[in-house]
Amino acid sequence: MALIDHDAELSRAGANVSSRLGSVVFFARRYPLGAVGALIMIMFVATAIFADALTTYDPFSTNARTSLAPPGSAHVLGADFMGRDVWSRIVYGSRISLAVGLGATTLGCLIGMVIGLMSGFFGGWFDLLVQRLMDIMQSLPLLVMALVMAASLGPSLGNTIIAIAIPLVPNVARIIRSNTLSLREMPFVEAARAVGMSEPRIALQHVLPNTLAPLIVLATAQFGSAILVESALAFLGLGVPEPHPSWGRMLSESAAEYVRTAPYLVIFPGLAISAVVFGTNLLGDAIRDILDPRQRV
Amino acid sequence: MGAYIVRRLLLMVVTLIGMSILIFVMLRLVPGNITDIIFDSAGFVNPAAKKKIERELGLDQPIVTQYIRWISDLARGDLGYAYVSEKPAIDEILPRIPVTAKLAVLALVFSVLFGVPLGVISAVRQNTALDYVLRVISLSGLSLPSFWLGLLILMAFVHWFGWIPIYKSSTGNIWEDIALLSIPAAAVGFRSSALVMRLTRSSMLEVLRQDYIRTARAKGATDPAVNYNHALRNAVLPVVTIIGIEAAFLIGGLIVTETVFNIPGVARFLVEAIRWRDYPIVQNLVMFIAVVVVVTNFIVDMLYVALDPRIKYEA
Repeated sequence: MALIDHDAELSRAGANVSSRLGSVVFFARRYPLGAVGALIMIMFVATAIFADALTTYDPFSTNARTSLAPPGSAHVLGADFMGRDVWSRIVYGSRISLAVGLGATTLGCLIGMVIGLMSGFFGGWFDLLVQRLMDIMQSLPLLVMALVMAASLGPSLGNTIIAIAIPLVPNVARIIRSNTLSLREMPFVEAARAVGMSEPRIALQHVLPNTLAPLIVLATAQFGSAILVESALAFLGLGVPEPHPSWGRMLSESAAEYVRTAPYLVIFPGLAISAVVFGTNLLGDAIRDILDPRQRV
Repeated sequence: MGAYIVRRLLLMVVTLIGMSILIFVMLRLVPGNITDIIFDSAGFVNPAAKKKIERELGLDQPIVTQYIRWISDLARGDLGYAYVSEKPAIDEILPRIPVTAKLAVLALVFSVLFGVPLGVISAVRQNTALDYVLRVISLSGLSLPSFWLGLLILMAFVHWFGWIPIYKSSTGNIWEDIALLSIPAAAVGFRSSALVMRLTRSSMLEVLRQDYIRTARAKGATDPAVNYNHALRNAVLPVVTIIGIEAAFLIGGLIVTETVFNIPGVARFLVEAIRWRDYPIVQNLVMFIAVVVVVTNFIVDMLYVALDPRIKYEA
């Protein structure tokens, strides 16, 4: 498995890669859907960073007089039962989604990477034990596992991240392990061993960097499912607690009765979740095509 | 082959025992049990009364004793008593299974019915406008939270018919039940059909690149003959394994959808039990889900061998 020389790839494909802008334009032309995904993700991250500048209302301040105010000039997307501005809550909610998405994906991938690398590299009883443990964890659906963990850890932002990260581990560990197994037999690893490099150093310096491409592909997919699981946990009342404005909880607060009376309370938070996950999936597909040409379809 | 099946069955048992330990420990990781919840909501704590309830529920025993008691009861088919309703757990769980099972089957039918044909069309018309549209639809299917889709469906019904289709209990007429359940089933199935479509498409494309397909084209077979006689047969094989992945995927969708549509099934019941820390219900239901997932995967693997003569498992 050779590392991909992206500049060479791009110039072979006829791209003008002399400037950074040139390669961006080329990416957008070659992967139009991926470019749309990237744009959505940039907007998402920007919204989370510049939340203060994008809103005029405090997302937490309640106001009895504006309770269930429909969308209009005062409240662009309306106000919820407590009179809180829905636009502000959605904008600030992006911070929760971003934090959980990034936190859970990073934590899950890190743990999975360490476990997978050790498992593939050392083999033996350790590998056997880890594989059985991963089997056990994978016999429960992601959401069920996250639900039980979230309930037993208790409601907080940190615990929600952990509850989503742990169920993501087996997938990452499996992929890193199988990659490590095939890399371990590669001539360059044998060469490193021949010149007397220590095993841990081979694992970290030669094997690990070569597992990064599949890891990145997997991480983008995990990021999307982490956000979806967070919204489902919050919807079921077991996610990030009040007063954090989580998109999923905005939907559970407004679920049954507001379907009739205030549909805007149901539509906008759901749109926000879907748009972000859609963006991740589009970008993820493009990244997979670039990094893993064998899987290209 | 026989040895392989035995090995797989043994592994299944090991996995399920591991699962039982994992779930048991996870539920008791954090201090606090149902007595804390009851007494918190009551607002005052009488330590003696609390101790009494803990003793009655066996919560004062060491965790290992509690686990052994649970497992040996489970082996005898005794699921214990639900903390909240104080009824036998089995009487709480069993009556709720048929609704969820119907919902799951309908959702699966929905996902295969839409996913497979659309995936094939998408692959056959690769890189055409139709393919792009179908791919965007399937990707958006994977991006919508299924509870939101459920809410949107409810909203559409309220808007157009002024009425919400809610399934409360069996009407006695199977067709009426199916008609009512097919609405939430579509909400669950849409997401799964998107997954099926994506996997069918990539599996079909894989097959279309094979040498024997080129041979078929070279000898002058027509496009439909190549696509549907030669390619599709081999492309549906991997799709069978998808049903294994689906099992886990569907259960997640059922949990939120049953909550949205207020369907009295086991999936919604699990969420309620988790909220109440109703250990006997949670741990038994989680085990039940694990059994369903593990057994489905086993059946799918066996089915795969039966369908594809090229695959031989070695023990």
